[in-house]
Amino acid sequence: MEFFKIGRDIPFMRYALVFNVVSILTFALAVFFLVTRGLHLSVEFTGGTVMEVSYSQPADLGQVRGTVASMGYGDVQVQNFGTARDVLIRLPVQQGKTSAQQSEQVLQALKSASPDVVLRRTEFVGPQVGQELASDGLKALAFVVIGIMIYLSMRFEWKYAVAGIIANLHDVIIIMGFFAFFQWEFSLSVLAAILAVLGYSVNESVVIFDRIRENFRRYRKMSTVEIINNSITANISRTIITHGSTQIMVLSMLLFGGETLHYFAVALTIGILFGIYSSVFVAAAIAMWLGIRREDLVKGGRKEHDASDPNSGAVV
Amino acid sequence: MNRYPVWKYIVILITLVVAAIYTLPNFFGESPAVQVSAGKATTRVDNETLSRVESALKTANVTPQRLTLEGHSVWARFDSPDIQLKAKDAIERALNPDAADPSHIVALNLVPRSPAWLAALNAKPMYLGLDLRGGVHFMLQVDMRTAITKRLDTLANDIRVALREKDVRHGGIAREGNSIEIRARDAATLEAARRVVADTVPDLQVEQPPGTEPRLVATFKPAALQKVQTDAVKQNITTLHNRVNELGVAEPVIQQQGADRVVVQLPGVQDTAKAKDILGRTATLEMRLVDESAEGHAAESGGPVPFGAEKFLQRDGRPVIVKRQVILTGESLTDAQPGFDQQTQQPKVDLTVDAKGGRVMRDTSRENLKKRMAIVLFEKGKGEVLTAPVIQAELGTRFQISGSMTTVEANDLALLLRAGSLAAPMEIIEERTIGPSLGAENISKGFHSVTWGFVAIVVFMIIYYHLFGVFSAIALSFNLLLLVAILSMLQATLTLPGIAAVALTLGMAIDANVLINERIREELRTGASPQAAIHAGYDRAWATILDSNVTSLIAGLALLAFGSGPVRGFAVVHCIGILTSMFSAVFFSRGLVNWWYGRQKKLKTVSIGTVWRPAAPGTAVADKQG
Repeated sequence: MEFFKIGRDIPFMRYALVFNVVSILTFALAVFFLVTRGLHLSVEFTGGTVMEVSYSQPADLGQVRGTVASMGYGDVQVQNFGTARDVLIRLPVQQGKTSAQQSEQVLQALKSASPDVVLRRTEFVGPQVGQELASDGLKALAFVVIGIMIYLSMRFEWKYAVAGIIANLHDVIIIMGFFAFFQWEFSLSVLAAILAVLGYSVNESVVIFDRIRENFRRYRKMSTVEIINNSITANISRTIITHGSTQIMVLSMLLFGGETLHYFAVALTIGILFGIYSSVFVAAAIAMWLGIRREDLVKGGRKEHDASDPNSGAVV
Repeated sequence: MNRYPVWKYIVILITLVVAAIYTLPNFFGESPAVQVSAGKATTRVDNETLSRVESALKTANVTPQRLTLEGHSVWARFDSPDIQLKAKDAIERALNPDAADPSHIVALNLVPRSPAWLAALNAKPMYLGLDLRGGVHFMLQVDMRTAITKRLDTLANDIRVALREKDVRHGGIAREGNSIEIRARDAATLEAARRVVADTVPDLQVEQPPGTEPRLVATFKPAALQKVQTDAVKQNITTLHNRVNELGVAEPVIQQQGADRVVVQLPGVQDTAKAKDILGRTATLEMRLVDESAEGHAAESGGPVPFGAEKFLQRDGRPVIVKRQVILTGESLTDAQPGFDQQTQQPKVDLTVDAKGGRVMRDTSRENLKKRMAIVLFEKGKGEVLTAPVIQAELGTRFQISGSMTTVEANDLALLLRAGSLAAPMEIIEERTIGPSLGAENISKGFHSVTWGFVAIVVFMIIYYHLFGVFSAIALSFNLLLLVAILSMLQATLTLPGIAAVALTLGMAIDANVLINERIREELRTGASPQAAIHAGYDRAWATILDSNVTSLIAGLALLAFGSGPVRGFAVVHCIGILTSMFSAVFFSRGLVNWWYGRQKKLKTVSIGTVWRPAAPGTAVADKQG
C-alpha cells in the first residue's frame, strides 16, 4: 500500500504567502479570543475546591445547584461530568473558612437532600499554590523555547531555530485560542499536553530541516526554493503517517480515556493538526524568508559532497 | 553490510530477559493481606508479634497463604477479601485488647502475588499513584514565621534571665518582628549586655544600630535561622508520622517538599474528615510530680486516687499516681536528644528547656529532691506516662534522664518528647481525594486507551509496511516492555497522566520506524539494491531521529523540572519513553532486520509494502540527480 504517489515536487513555496496569511489570521483570531474571552482556568490555577459526586439516578442539576447556593456560595458551577449521574461542583476559595472543610459541609448538605450521593473525588488548591503553578508553567514554556532554540542553533543555524520556534509557538497560541473560544477547561494536564506538543511538532520542522540540509549537500544546482519544495515533498508521506499514528493513539485516549483525559487529548489533537501545518508550511517559509543558504550549512562543501555518506558525522 | 556483531545480539537478549523479568510482577496481580505494624513509637513489631498473629489466626480458624515478618511489619496474605476481613478482626482483637488505645496498626492492604524468586530479585509491580488506587493527598505548609517568632520569644526570655543573673540592668527587652531589641541606659551597660548575649545565646548576632538611644538588635545568624526552619519541618513530619499511624494506613507517604512544605499521601483512606482531624490535632506534653504520699502509693496498688491527683498508666502498664499541678508543659521543652552518659556509659536523654522553664525546674527540683517527676503525653485527650524518673539533683535549663534504659528506649523517649507537639502551625494548601471506584475506573480507562491505540497502530503498520511493519510492531512492543520494566524497577509513581504519557510515547515512538521505513522505500525507489537500501535507510534516518527525540526530550525535561503533581507523573514516563524508544526503534529493530535479511547475500526483494515508482522516467527528482 502506498498513499502518496507524487511524481514531481509540489511547489509548496509558491503558496508560502497564502499559508502564512492563513496562519497569521488564525493566530490573530486566537489572540483575540484569548484577550476577550480569556482562558477558563481550572482550580489548579485559580485555587478553590472541586468535588465530583455520583448519584445512582441521573442527577437533578438544578436541585444540586440550589442546595449548594443555599450554603452561601456565590459563584458556584455545577455541571455534568462524563455521564448524567456524575456531577462536578466547583466552589470558589472562601475567606475565613478553612477551605478543607468546604467539601465536607457541601457533601453533608447534598446527602441530606438525596442520600444516594457518593463522593468520588475532591480537590482543593490554595490560592498561593495556584499562582505558583501558573508561574511554573510559564517557566517551563520558556525553558522549552530556549532549550529548543539553542539545540536547533547548534545542529543547524539560528535562522532555522527562529523559524522553527515561531512556527511552533504559534501552534501553542492557537491551541490556547481554541480553549478560550470554546471555554474548555484549561488544566495542568492541558498545559502538559501543550508542552509535549511543542516538543513534538518541532520534530516535524527538524525532520524537514534535516532534509533541506541533506539536499543542499546533494543537489548543488538546485535553488533554495526547489530544495525546500523537494524536502517537503519527499517527507510528506512520512509526515502524514507519523502524525496519523500519533493521532490514532490520541484518538484512542479521546474515546476510552474518559473525562479526565478528555481535554488532554483534545489539546493534543489540535496540536498535532496545527503542528503538521505550521512545521511543513510555516516553518519552511519563514526559514526561506530569513534567507537560508547552502553556504550556512555546508561548510567546506566540496569535501562533504565527495564523502559517500552525506551523514557521515552521524553515529549509529 | 547488514550484519550485527554477536555482542549486539547478546545486548539485545540480555535487555529482553531483564525487561521481561521486571515486567512480570505486573501480571500476577495482588492478593489481599493484613499488615500489622507498630501503632505507637513504644511498640515493637518482631518475631513475638509474628507468633501472636499466628496464634490469633489459629484460634479464629483462618489459615493465611503466607505469614511473614518484613522490616517492621508482619504480613499475612489471604486467598480472598472475605477471609482477609475475618482475619483482620481476629488479629485486631488479639493485638489491641483496648480498642480505644490501639498499640498496633492492623490495616488491610494488597500485596503483589508474584512468586518469591521475583520478590528476591526486588522485582515489584509498578507503584500506582493515588488517582489510580484511591486515597487522600494533602499538601501542608508550615508557618515558618510563627516557628521563628516562637523561637525568638523563647530566646528573649533566655536573655532576660541571663542578664538578671549577671546583674546587668537593661532598659527593656522586646521582640520586634524578626529581631530582639535590648535597651540600656548607657554604653557601658550595653556593652556588658552585648557580651552576655554573645556568651549565652550563640544563635544570635548582635548589632548596635546608630542612633541617640543606646540599644542592641539581635537577629538570627543565617545558619541558625536555617536550622530553626529545618528543625520545625522535621519535627512536624515526626509528629505527622505519629498521628498518621493511628489512622491505620498501610503505606503512608510523608515527605518534605521544598523548604516549608510537607506532602502527606494516604492511599486507601476514604474518611477525609477523620484524616484531617487527626493530622490537625495538637498533642501536649506535661511534666508533673508523682504523688508520693501514703495514699498515693496505696492508689498505685488499687486504692482510691487521692484528691488532687490522677492515675495514669506507664508504657509497661504499671499505674502511676500523678499530681494535678503542672510544672511545665511541652512548650517549654525546646529539645530532647538521646546520648550516652560520660561516666556510667549508660544511655540517656538530654533535655533542654527554655529559660523560664529552667527557673521553674530549678525551684521545683530543689524542693523535691529524691522524688519522682512524671512526663505525661496527652493525645486524643488521654494521658500516658512516658517516664517517671527520680530527681537526683537541682536541675536547670539542661538536664538528663538516665538509668535503666536501653539505647532503643532512649531513642524512642527522645522522639516522643520531641514529637509531642508541632513546632509550628500548618495549613492545608492542597487536598485531593480519590474514591476507590474512581481509581479502578481510571486504571481501566488508561489501559483501554493504550491497548486500542496500540492495536490500531500495529494493524496499520503491518498493512502498510508488510514485514517491515511487523518489525516495527515488534519494536514497539519491545518499547512498551522496556518502559513498563523501567517504571517497575524505578518504582516511579504511575498516575493517569503517566498512562497517557505511555500512550503518547508509543504514538510518537512509531515515528522513528516510519522515518526508517519511508527512507528505505525511497532508496529502493531511486534504484538502490535491497541491502543497500536497508543500510542507507537506517543510517540516514538516524540523524533525524536523534534530532527529533532531543527536542521532545527538552520539552519532557522542562515538564519534569517545573511540573508538579500530575504533570510530573506525565513527564517522568515521557522522558523514559523517549529514551527507550530510541533504543527499541533503532537499535532493536535494526537487529531484527539484520537477523532476517542480513544473511541473505543475494537479496532480490524486501517486504516493505508497495514501492511506487514514478511512471514516466525523467521526473523532477530523477533529473536533478546525477
